[in-house]
Amino acid sequence: MRPKRSREPFFWAMFSGGGMLAALFLPALVLVLWFAPPSYPELVGKVDHSLVKLALFGLIMLSLFHWGHRFRYTLYDGLQLSHLYGLIATICYGGATALTFLAGYLLWTFP
Amino acid sequence: MAESITLQIQRYRPEEEEEPVWQSFEVPRHDEWMVLDGLNYIKDNLDGSLSYRWACRMGVCGSCGMLVNGEPVLTCATYLSELGGGRGPVRIEPLTGFPVIRDLVGDIGDFITKLQRIKPWIIRQEDKPLSQGEYLQTPEELALYQQYSMCINCMLCYSACPIYALEPDFIGPAVIALAQRYNLDPRDEGSEERGDVLSQHAGIWACTFVGECSAVCPKHVDPAGAIQRYKVTATAEWFKSVLLPWGKR
Repeated sequence: MRPKRSREPFFWAMFSGGGMLAALFLPALVLVLWFAPPSYPELVGKVDHSLVKLALFGLIMLSLFHWGHRFRYTLYDGLQLSHLYGLIATICYGGATALTFLAGYLLWTFP
Repeated sequence: MAESITLQIQRYRPEEEEEPVWQSFEVPRHDEWMVLDGLNYIKDNLDGSLSYRWACRMGVCGSCGMLVNGEPVLTCATYLSELGGGRGPVRIEPLTGFPVIRDLVGDIGDFITKLQRIKPWIIRQEDKPLSQGEYLQTPEELALYQQYSMCINCMLCYSACPIYALEPDFIGPAVIALAQRYNLDPRDEGSEERGDVLSQHAGIWACTFVGECSAVCPKHVDPAGAIQRYKVTATAEWFKSVLLPWGKR
């Protein structure tokens, strides 16, 4: 019999995708919003487009799962809480999922 | 008499003491001496009972790895005169992560068992007969895995890895790098067999990319890079097996 395969690849894919996107786009967003901030109506005009919303949703979702995965292992190894395996995984990925839904709701109803 | 330097050595003689103790030795200080030369001086002149492993004294056999001033190093490749400003004292301990048998000698059985599990040899479904000649490779094919083939099994990476210290089941940096040495060799056909061992939690997924393994590797193997590359491979395989469950894994 084959040994059981880990489900880790899924979460690692979200983690690494999130890390990559966050590293690429968050500094650019911060830079633009900091140095050349658009006026609010301008911002609304730019975000109120389904493709922009979709891109923002993907960026936020993957960044959240990046956080969840990183924080999970910080708790396991950094604080040596690996005996709370299930609880920590639920909190980290559950938190990322809940905040993803919140982001989706906010984007959907925006502006 | 030449200048001397103090070596503080962790001793453990199970018939004499229950816990490891420290013992200091004064050895001559020569610019060209390695830490191992200092140990050999002690063994030959001061205390013949000092136990440690070594063989080639030229960074190839991988047996003289120890913790020197807290860093995992090959003692045959570390100048005494470059430690602590060349004045010492120099602290020498067995590699962490391996149960101490005696003095500076650790039990490496766990590493050897794990190494065998990934089948570190070229696996062929069918060997071609000798009469058909050797398996030729281009320089490009060699370059795919050559770096990983430089591993000398010195286990410095295990000593440096904080995950191995926390999770003794973790198969560890060198074993994964050596699995990649064969997986990436175009002559090899055994990557699926190795995948069953590597793709478990105690395989690649326990690694959180601390990167200390690559920092201490005396042969510049970059085990951390090997692990990250295999994570990409394993993730692609996983998505294939989930999205195309009817296809061959």
